Amino acid sequence: MKSKRLEIDKVASFLRDGMTIMYGGFMGNGTPPRLMRAILDSGVKDLTVIGDDAAFSDATKGPEGIGLLVRNKRVRKMITGHIGLNKEAQRQMLSGEMEIELCPIGSIAERIRAGGSGLGGVLTPTGVGTSVEDVPQDLTINGQKYTKKPVFTINGRDFLYETPLKADLAVLEAVQADKSGNLVYYTSMRNHNPLMALAAETVIAEAHQIVEVGCIDPDHVMTPGVLVDYIVYPS
Amino acid sequence: MSEQISAKEFIARRIALELNDGDVVNLGIGLPTLVANYLPPGVTLMLQSENGFLGIGPVPQEITPIGQPRVVNAGGAPCSIIPGGSTFDTSISFALMRGGHLDACVLGGLQVDENADLANWMVPGKNVPGMGGAMDLAVGAKKVIVAMEHTNKGEKKILKKCNLPLTAKGRVSTVVTELALFRFHDGKLVLEEYAPGVSVEDIRAGTEAAFIVSDKLKEMEISRVGL
Repeated sequence: MKSKRLEIDKVASFLRDGMTIMYGGFMGNGTPPRLMRAILDSGVKDLTVIGDDAAFSDATKGPEGIGLLVRNKRVRKMITGHIGLNKEAQRQMLSGEMEIELCPIGSIAERIRAGGSGLGGVLTPTGVGTSVEDVPQDLTINGQKYTKKPVFTINGRDFLYETPLKADLAVLEAVQADKSGNLVYYTSMRNHNPLMALAAETVIAEAHQIVEVGCIDPDHVMTPGVLVDYIVYPS
Repeated sequence: MSEQISAKEFIARRIALELNDGDVVNLGIGLPTLVANYLPPGVTLMLQSENGFLGIGPVPQEITPIGQPRVVNAGGAPCSIIPGGSTFDTSISFALMRGGHLDACVLGGLQVDENADLANWMVPGKNVPGMGGAMDLAVGAKKVIVAMEHTNKGEKKILKKCNLPLTAKGRVSTVVTELALFRFHDGKLVLEEYAPGVSVEDIRAGTEAAFIVSDKLKEMEISRVGL
């Protein structure tokens, strides 16, 4: 079996300016810290990043997560549900330095799931009648152009159409990985990680612990190893 | 309203009586979180944390440092998971909300209007934190309880039509303030309860929305836990 082990200083070979990166984590909990640092150290810029939120700008409150790349101006666009606890992300949004597409978190999760599951998108009641409808779109449905999210009335109920999301790279944090890439997450650190494992061209997981193949009960595997391309071992 | 307790505490104590033993509930950040402190004896809730688990427990005595695997709530603050809790990914977590699997959610509010519309996530030009999970919660919970002070520095918050960006349309079930409790019945706003010492005229003076006064109008009761 080909080794999936990736040295942290080799992460840069998967990075390029302008790429799209999905990052696991919810308020930084479940965002891989060493991978964030490696992306920063690579010098890559103009990134589009997709994830739950912008985590904390106050390091005493919680992990900085994606905020590390935001603070260092590596992010051109962010698709996310919440930036309220990251003052720098708010500042960059209001000054126009960074584009932020706000999307309800449940819709982000389903858009990622759709992207990773080969589905054509999501029809959700969330956001109907709100400014979420107005996010600019470049969509053609049945030959018709849409510049905002279309609403479909299906059997009398309104649903907003949300496009699927995919990425060039997903970076995940797992509490345990076996050498084939089977992943186990810890409590609230799971969040978007398993969904993103399906939705990116290349998937790199940073693990707190590495075990031999066969040590994780198949019933306990939360992300099948076939989805994980590379594993960063603990330092 | 009792002199000894704040408006927020009064509201939280009233909402504590709205929830039933065994209910699966999501409490929003801020005032709604206080509700858990006033649940009457015999009422145990299964509290959902939108970041991916059921069974929010107390803050642990020893806090695991940032960077180590640890349990946090949706605000990123350390907490624990009670026995019987369960963990899952974000799609399941939001399926619980959107799919109608929560008995109730309690949300803060900036504005509510006659059409049961809610605005609670942004003030243009001032604060744009993002909607987070608020829209999914408001759209999907079986009962949407809004906890908010009746007015904001004299400005009315229960309106004919919300003028702040909406969180969800037509989804509010109940509004609890320090002056009154309203419920929506068949799309109509109905005043059902008034706070001690508050008249219907007082409530009307602080409310822009038209409302019906229930024929079963009564004084608000609150949870007395710890008083």
